[in-house]
Amino acid sequence: MTDHERPVDERPTVDHLGRPTNEAARVLAETGVDPSVDRQTELERIAIWFDERTGASHILRATLRKVFPDHWSFLLGEIALFSFVILVATGVFLTFFYVPSAAPVTYQGPYTPYQGQEVSAAYDSVMRLSLEVRSGLLMRQVHHWTAVIFVAVIVLHLSRVFFTAAFRRPRELNWIIGFGLLLFAIAEGVTGYSLPDDLLSGTGARIIYSAAMSVPFIGPYLSFLVFGGEFPTTAFISRFFVLHVMLLPALFAGGIASHVGLVFLQKHTQFRGPVERETNVVGRHFWPGQAFVSGGLFFLTAAVVAAIGGLVQINPIWAYGPFQPSLVSSPSQPDWYVGWLDGALRIFPPIEPTILGITIPSAFIPGVLIPGALFTLVAVWPWVDKLITHDNREHHLLDWPWEQPIRAATGMALLVFFALLTLAGGNDVLSVFLTASVEELTHIFQILVIVGPIVTWLVTYALARARLQRPPPDALEAEAEEHPGRPRHRGMAVQRTADGGFEEVEA
Amino acid sequence: MTTADDRRSRRAASRRERRAERAVLASFGVTALAGVALLVLYAFGGETQLEGILLAGCLGGLGVGIVVWAQELMSNDVRIEERHSLASSPEEQAAFEDAMVDEEGFTRRRALQLGLLGALGGLAAALAIPVLSLGPAPGRSLFRTAWRQGSRVVGPDNQPVRPESIPIDGVLTVFPEGNVGSGDSQTLLIHVGADRLQLQGQAAQWAPEGFVAYSKVCTHAGCPVGLYRAVQGSLICPCHQSTFDVLRGAVPTFGPAARPLPQLPISIVDGVFVAQGDFPEPVGPSFWNVHSGGADGE
Repeated sequence: MTDHERPVDERPTVDHLGRPTNEAARVLAETGVDPSVDRQTELERIAIWFDERTGASHILRATLRKVFPDHWSFLLGEIALFSFVILVATGVFLTFFYVPSAAPVTYQGPYTPYQGQEVSAAYDSVMRLSLEVRSGLLMRQVHHWTAVIFVAVIVLHLSRVFFTAAFRRPRELNWIIGFGLLLFAIAEGVTGYSLPDDLLSGTGARIIYSAAMSVPFIGPYLSFLVFGGEFPTTAFISRFFVLHVMLLPALFAGGIASHVGLVFLQKHTQFRGPVERETNVVGRHFWPGQAFVSGGLFFLTAAVVAAIGGLVQINPIWAYGPFQPSLVSSPSQPDWYVGWLDGALRIFPPIEPTILGITIPSAFIPGVLIPGALFTLVAVWPWVDKLITHDNREHHLLDWPWEQPIRAATGMALLVFFALLTLAGGNDVLSVFLTASVEELTHIFQILVIVGPIVTWLVTYALARARLQRPPPDALEAEAEEHPGRPRHRGMAVQRTADGGFEEVEA
Repeated sequence: MTTADDRRSRRAASRRERRAERAVLASFGVTALAGVALLVLYAFGGETQLEGILLAGCLGGLGVGIVVWAQELMSNDVRIEERHSLASSPEEQAAFEDAMVDEEGFTRRRALQLGLLGALGGLAAALAIPVLSLGPAPGRSLFRTAWRQGSRVVGPDNQPVRPESIPIDGVLTVFPEGNVGSGDSQTLLIHVGADRLQLQGQAAQWAPEGFVAYSKVCTHAGCPVGLYRAVQGSLICPCHQSTFDVLRGAVPTFGPAARPLPQLPISIVDGVFVAQGDFPEPVGPSFWNVHSGGADGE
């Protein structure tokens, strides 16, 4: 039996003039008693109440019966979404305690080294939240760790979409939206870790100020508009706060809604398989199977960040001390997702030409131009990919990474480039471990960031070509190889036909 | 398949289901217990590590329970749904175009369209006004600091600095009197020793008795140049490792900085350090017209 034909107790219906059109309505008109009410549960009555006012049943039923392909890598985007939810929840808690003000106050909390010292109200409030509010430190550390994981999972999700070519027509638009979400997430991270107004966060803000300043012609205006004057200003704490808790989350939430909405509309991509075609989507119903797995994954994500947030210290602002413009900690590393920018700033040679009276500041090329160019390349990749593959057809079946060697090689080269720059951003820390001088390491990294990506490109290209030229094993073997550990549901499956009906097919 | 086989496999399936049910219930039990334990812990004053573990147990139990429930006890059948083309039919596209532009005569009024564009341009300009209010125009502010001719050099304690208070190889962060903590005026006063300094011309006169003062703001990305290696006479920025040669006018010798740290002209008057004027060049990170104001001071 197909489930949309399940018999339900008939409810009274009337036409537009209020005349009964069925038996139940006639009974209701004569006796004043709805004969179907007794047979409804409370839940049904609530559902009916809402449906009479929204007509939602029709749409919701279709949603519950939507089919979602099943592959572990498709969960990365969900984890990013869940991280955002956790960030909002913990962030709201932090906001109740945080004071977005650079106004000087005298520290009088329990941390003896700073008692009596003048600190900003922002630093004071984060100290109080961390050391005096019960479970405050837990919430703060969960928030910070989740932010760290959030960006990491977004990058993994982006890599999955890239290497499997899920961005191809008709999903170019969602690639752009997703790319925007990555930028918002990084901006959220940077504005967020600047808020405690400790020595490390102030250093990060200062570097952002200098990078903005380096833009030819508009740089000084740009940094003055963002920071409200010459660094350090008293304005930037409250401005970053507004960006962090209001503007960026709103943009992000809107972006997520359209991102997920488009996945719903366009239906998820899938890997090739025995029944998977360009014209169908194979997987589990959204309700209850997929929704329960996702719901469980949400709590598991929250559990992991709760454990890390409770057990592993992050950003101990009492150890860094309050921000003072004439002090800096050494070593000073930003959160990982901007480490590559710091690395680029560290190892780029001191080039600062002045042409016709116009100086190109040394921070401009590594701090603005290179990141801008790379991010633009990532953003427009769907169109670059079309140039490489000469393919503008619709695709709902995913590629395996090796199927397009140039794409795989370029993706790997970019990842290696970012990874090397991130390592270079810790050259002072590495020099302690490797007992090499910072100078030597810097020179090594200057060579590595050029050679590394080129070698990676060539090796990846060769490996992908070799994999492509391997004689194809028979279809079933290939299937088992491509989906290790995936339960094979041989036997009958229910297929939804184009006209909305259902039929059983052999899977 | 024989009936006996069938029965056996059904029994195995139901055993599996019972096991899964027990696992789900146990997980939910962990959640409930961890939640209560968290409350008790809170009441006794809380402890960050334990709170984290209990919260993880509380959430993790729920997560494991729900996932096991979904994977073991719900239909795991493969479903197949047809994809439908998202694009509207050419007729629908044409109808939309009619509704959008043709039917109401919107496109026929060319002059009004241009007028509307112009009006929107004006609106954009009007909206730029509040944006411009976000910060002052930089003007000359990047070319100036709080140092003036005759400013007394003070330490972080706002006390005038005497030559005898800084031993050789000693370093002190100094400010113009009345501007302690100032971001752009922070300066490093270093006692190098007259015999080691190799300054040329005017720069040498700005360094009395082997003391030399450089801006503490890195010319690369604006960090305080906080590390002094007395043996080499070099200043190092901990942010990006720009290194400056203190003995020879703080020219960059390593790292990404390309511009020397500007030298503050100082002299000793009545036994304390006094500035002879502002820095001759802009301090801090470079910007596009950083070299245009040099003529000002000379």
